[in-house]
Amino acid sequence: MDTSKVCQLTPWDTRGYSTALNPRFVKTGRMFRGFFVKTISFVGYTVQYGCIAHCAFEYIGEFVSCSGPSMEPTITNHDVVFSKRVSRHLCRIQKGHIVIAKSPFDPKMNICKRVMGLEGDKVCTSGPSDVFKTHTYVPRGHVWLEGDNLRNSTDSRSYGPIPYALIRGRVCLKMWPPHSFGVLAESPNDGRIL
Amino acid sequence: MMAQTGFGRRYFKAFVSGFFVAVPVTVTVLDRLAYVARVEGASMQPSLNPDGESSPDVVLLNRWSVRNYQVHRGDIVSVLSPKDPQQKIIKRVIGIEGDFIKTLGYKNRYVRVPDGHLWIEGDHHGHSFDSNTFGPVSLGLVHGRASHIIWPPSRWQRIEPSVPLERRPLLNWDGATEDGDD
Repeated sequence: MDTSKVCQLTPWDTRGYSTALNPRFVKTGRMFRGFFVKTISFVGYTVQYGCIAHCAFEYIGEFVSCSGPSMEPTITNHDVVFSKRVSRHLCRIQKGHIVIAKSPFDPKMNICKRVMGLEGDKVCTSGPSDVFKTHTYVPRGHVWLEGDNLRNSTDSRSYGPIPYALIRGRVCLKMWPPHSFGVLAESPNDGRIL
Repeated sequence: MMAQTGFGRRYFKAFVSGFFVAVPVTVTVLDRLAYVARVEGASMQPSLNPDGESSPDVVLLNRWSVRNYQVHRGDIVSVLSPKDPQQKIIKRVIGIEGDFIKTLGYKNRYVRVPDGHLWIEGDHHGHSFDSNTFGPVSLGLVHGRASHIIWPPSRWQRIEPSVPLERRPLLNWDGATEDGDD
């Protein structure tokens, strides 16, 4: 059975049937077929696990390394946090949650801020040191984000409310550094959540 | 009896293993490569849904081409609605960042589209809930680019980008055509 197959595979071989029956050629054919099957199954497994990883990162949660001073003291530079994607898909974001959102002016950049107001809420637009307090209402489908470090944060006070759909996930756990592992602290400026 | 349980178990195993391949692969393809959606409403007439509600168009949304948020003027894109995060809207891109747009009924008569934003409008002026109502939208809300109409079969076609003549941006239009070609 094997030899006939090899004969068919090499019709261009003019050196006669003795070469076609050569066991070396039979072996090469089998090896090639085994290699082919292995490659296909490897690609298949790669695609499958890649897709599972994509679903996990997209719908369950992901690890994010934060940089920048805007969320100090809750999250300091180079902390690693776990961001839960489920809450965004189920619309379970509430006031006081820390979220990761796409920056409205550069979609490739992510920002990490605290939600100070949902749609329809009254929010304070003035800084902590301003004499006169100004207020505004968050429009439909938007959220108001502010950093915990009010003096050093570019947030909704400068660019206004951002669409809810830009939120990627809710930060729920701090993973690194190890001594501060656990749930994130409450907002240090609680009085601003009206 | 034994044979039956054995068959049941084998069937169950095959089902689970198939499930763990099919569902993630499908979800990933829908999220990364292409998405199929039915167009509702009259806001994009006459490009989409020319016959109204009787025969809604089904479009193929190319999600791979917007992975780096590269959107050109004239493309028809689907965008997560800034007013309702559960809803997606499909509109034509009129202006990209830096363009000056003459608006139709927005609070300012002329608008410069801010960085990282788009100006989107429906083709059916006056019957469309678009940037003339809610202002420029952020690029991060872009969901996909409509590349083909796939249903009904008689309307099977590729969607070519085009900007209506009277809706072209006021400045740098000549330079922009060169950008649009590459």
